[in-house]
Amino acid sequence: MEETILTAENLKFRYDPDRPVYALDGVSAGVKRGEFVAVLGANGCGKSTLAKHFNAILLPESGKVYVEDMDTADDSKLYDIRQTVGMVFQNPDNQIVATVVEEDVAFALENLGVPPQEMRRRVDESMKMAGIYEFRERAPHNLSGGQKQRVAIAGVVAMRPDCLILDEATAMLDPRGREQVMQTIHHLNKNMGITVVSITHYMEEAAQADRVLVMSKGHVVMEGTPKEVFSQTEKVRSLHLDVPQAAELREELVKAGIPLPEGIIDTGECAQALYELLK
Amino acid sequence: MADIIKVEHLSYVYNPGMPNAVTALDDVSFTVEEGDFVGIIGATGSGKSTLITHMNGLNRPTSGKIFIDGRDLWAEPEKIRDFRFLTGLVFQYPEYQLFEETCYKDIAFGPKNMGLDEAEIQRRVHEAADFVGLDPALLERSPFELSGGQKRRVAVAGVMAMKPRILVLDEPAAGLDPEGRDEILSEVKEYHKKTGTTVLLVSHSMEDIAKYANRVLVMNNKKIAMYDTVEKVFARAPELLELGLSVPQVTKIFLKLREMGVDVPADVYTIPYAVKMILNAKSRRDAGESLVLPRKEVQKGGAAEC
Amino acid sequence: MLRDITIGQHFPGNSLVHRFDPRLKLVLTIAYIVLLFAASNPLGLALSILFLAGMYMVAKIPFKMILKSLKPILPIVIFTAVLNLFFVAGEGEPLVRVWFLTIYAEGVRYAVLMAVRVMALIAGTSLLTYTTSPIVLTDAIEQLLKPLGKLHFPVHELAMMMSIALRFIPTLIEETDKIMNAQKARGAQLDTGKMTDRVKALVPVLIPLFISAFRRADELAMAMECRCYRGGEGRTRLKVLRCEKQDYIDLAVCIVCFGVILASRLVFPNF
Repeated sequence: MEETILTAENLKFRYDPDRPVYALDGVSAGVKRGEFVAVLGANGCGKSTLAKHFNAILLPESGKVYVEDMDTADDSKLYDIRQTVGMVFQNPDNQIVATVVEEDVAFALENLGVPPQEMRRRVDESMKMAGIYEFRERAPHNLSGGQKQRVAIAGVVAMRPDCLILDEATAMLDPRGREQVMQTIHHLNKNMGITVVSITHYMEEAAQADRVLVMSKGHVVMEGTPKEVFSQTEKVRSLHLDVPQAAELREELVKAGIPLPEGIIDTGECAQALYELLK
Repeated sequence: MADIIKVEHLSYVYNPGMPNAVTALDDVSFTVEEGDFVGIIGATGSGKSTLITHMNGLNRPTSGKIFIDGRDLWAEPEKIRDFRFLTGLVFQYPEYQLFEETCYKDIAFGPKNMGLDEAEIQRRVHEAADFVGLDPALLERSPFELSGGQKRRVAVAGVMAMKPRILVLDEPAAGLDPEGRDEILSEVKEYHKKTGTTVLLVSHSMEDIAKYANRVLVMNNKKIAMYDTVEKVFARAPELLELGLSVPQVTKIFLKLREMGVDVPADVYTIPYAVKMILNAKSRRDAGESLVLPRKEVQKGGAAEC
Repeated sequence: MLRDITIGQHFPGNSLVHRFDPRLKLVLTIAYIVLLFAASNPLGLALSILFLAGMYMVAKIPFKMILKSLKPILPIVIFTAVLNLFFVAGEGEPLVRVWFLTIYAEGVRYAVLMAVRVMALIAGTSLLTYTTSPIVLTDAIEQLLKPLGKLHFPVHELAMMMSIALRFIPTLIEETDKIMNAQKARGAQLDTGKMTDRVKALVPVLIPLFISAFRRADELAMAMECRCYRGGEGRTRLKVLRCEKQDYIDLAVCIVCFGVILASRLVFPNF
C-alpha cells in the first residue's frame, strides 16, 4: 500500500516574519506509508522546522502540509493530526511528565479519555514494544538517557500513531543509548509498520533508512536511497556533512587508480569489495 | 618532559561505609607528561567523568593520591581552590552554565576570581575569544542572544581565559553537527599547539581521539583498561569492541578483511593510512606474494561488527 | 552531594498502612490531629500515642525514624513547653518562684501535655508521608478536592503542577549540582565568606538554573501538547483510586479506636 502519509507542498516558513530569511524556502516532500525516511542536514538547514510542520506545531506561512488527507492548518483536526503523527524530541528529560514510568506512558491516553482497562492494555503493550516494561514502576530520573528516550517513544506509540517523527532524538545520547533507541525504532518500523521520519545528523543512522533527504538553507538539495546519496561524496561534504568512511575509502582508492564498484557505503560491502580486489 | 599529572592508586566511593556505597573509581594509577594531548575514552559508567573531577579538586579521593605539577592536591585541603585555576575543566554542554550580562563578563569570570587586574583580564578575554573563533563583536552582546554553538565557544573561552596548565574537556563536541564538531576540536588542537597546554579530552568517539590525541586512556568498569599511544591502542581494536566501545568504520573494515583471511594490518584508523595499506597489499599480491593470513591470526582477530 | 536530600521522606514498604487507601489515610490523619486536641485528657493522650505506636509497628517503620521526624521540631516543642511552664497560672500555691517567674502545678501539667501533643502530631503526620509516596498523596488530594472543581477551583491544574514539580525536583537538584561544579571550576566560592558574599556567589548558580527551568517548561509544554494535552476536561486516569474491602476494615478499626479515645475524655476528663 504505497499511499503518501505526509506531504509538504511548496512550504515556506519564517520564524521572524519581519526578517527576510526563510527557515523553509519552498520545500516539497512526501513520505510514504511504512517508509523509514532520514532527514539530514547541518544545523540551521531547516530539518527540525520541517519536522514540526508535520504535526502542526508550526503552520506554514505559505504552501500546505497534509497529514493523510488532513490539512495541518485546519484547527478542528489538530488532535487527530497529533494522534496520527507522534513526535519524540531531543532532550530525554523534558518530555517525561509523570513521576512513574508507566504513568508517563499513559499520559497521552489519559488526555484522550481512554477508559482505564483499555489504557492498561495499551500502556503495557507499548512498554513491551519499546523494551522498557521492566522499568514500568521506576522513577524516570533514575534511568539512563537511552532508557528515557524509549519511555518517550512508548508514550507516543501508546497513541497508536501511523507515523513517528524523531527530532534529533539521539543527539544527546551516548553510543549505547543511541543504539538502543535506533533498534527500537527499526523494530517499530519493520515489525509494526509505523512510518518513521528521523531528523538526524548521524550519518550511520541515515545509512540505515529507506530514503534520505538532505537539506540545506531551507531547501531539499538531495534525495534518494542512502547508497545514491552517500556515493556523491563531494556533494555531501560540500554540505558540511559526514560521509561514511567506507565511501570515502572507496573514493580515495578509485582516485589512486583502483577500480571499485559504486555505491559502497557500509563496512560489509567495503570489506567484500576489497576482498575481491586482493584475493 | 616532567609529569604534570600523577595519579597513584586513586579510588573513589560514593557514600563510603553506607549500605548504598558505590565505587566509581577502583585503584587508578597513571601519569601524564606536560604538553601531552591525551584522549580519555570509556563507556558510560566506566568512571571517566568521576576521574576528571578529581583533576581540579572538585572530588576528593576516598583513597590514593593525585599530584598536579608535583604538588599533592590534598596536602592542604584549605588551599584546594588554587588547583581550580591550574586545571581548567570544561563540562559537558558548558553553554548551560552561562550567566553574565555580556559574553565579555562571562569569559572574565574565571580571571576575575583569580584576582587579576582589569588590563590583564581584558588581554585574556580577547585572547581566549580568539582561540575559540568567537567574533569580538559578540563580546558585548548577551550570551543568551547567541546560537548554541556560539554559546559553547563562550563557555570554553571562559575556561581558557584562566590560562590553566592543564585543560580538561568533557565531550566538547556533544550534540554538535559534524561541522560544529570539526570546528571545536580543531580549535582545541590549535590551542594545544600554540600554548603547549596539556590537554585531556574525554570522548565517546574513537575517530575524534584518533585524529587529535597522541595518547589514549581507555577506562573500563572503574579501572584503566589501556593507556598507550594511539597507534598501539588501536592495534587492539578487537578488545576495544569487546569493551563496548566503537572503533572507526575503517578499522572495522580492516578487521573484517582479516576475518576473511586477508593479511592486512589491524591498527588502521585513518583513511590515508588505510589507502596506503590497501595499495601496499595490492602491490604485494601483484608481485606474487600470498595475502592469506595464518589461521591462528584470523582467530585472534575477533569479530568485527558491520 | 545535594542528591542525598529526599523530599517527603518516603519509606517504601508493603504493610497494611502502606496499602491503605491514601484518601482515607489523609482524612484520618487530619481526624487524628483533631483528636489530639479534642481528647486532651492525659488518658486520652496516652491512648492516642499507643494507637500511633501500634500503627508504626504495623507499618514496620523503625523507631529511629520517629526520632528523626521529631528532631527538627524539638526546639519549637521545648520553647512552647517553657512558655507554658512559666505563663500558665493555676489555683493554689505556686510550686516554684524564681525572680519574677512562677511555676504552678497547672503549668507543669499543661507544658508536658502540650509538648506530647505536638510531638504526637508531627509523628502522626510523618507516618502519613513515610507510608505514602508524594505522587500518591497528590492524587489523593486531587480526588478529595474534586468537588471544589465545581466552584471553578483549579483542582486539576494544581494537581498537575504539583505532580510535575515532584517529577522535576530530583532532575533540578542534579542540575544545580552540575552548575555549582562548573562555577566552582572557575573559582566561584560557594561555601565560604560572609552572608552577603555567599548570596552574591549564588547568582552564577541561580541564573543558569532559572533559565534552564524555563527552557524545560517550554519543551515539556510542547511535548505535552504533542500528546494531546488540553487541560483537565475529559481526562481519565490509569490508576483509579478505589476502596477495597481491606480499606473499609482498616477504616472501621480506626474509627473504633478514635471512638474509644474520645470516650475516655468524656468518661475520665481529668485523668
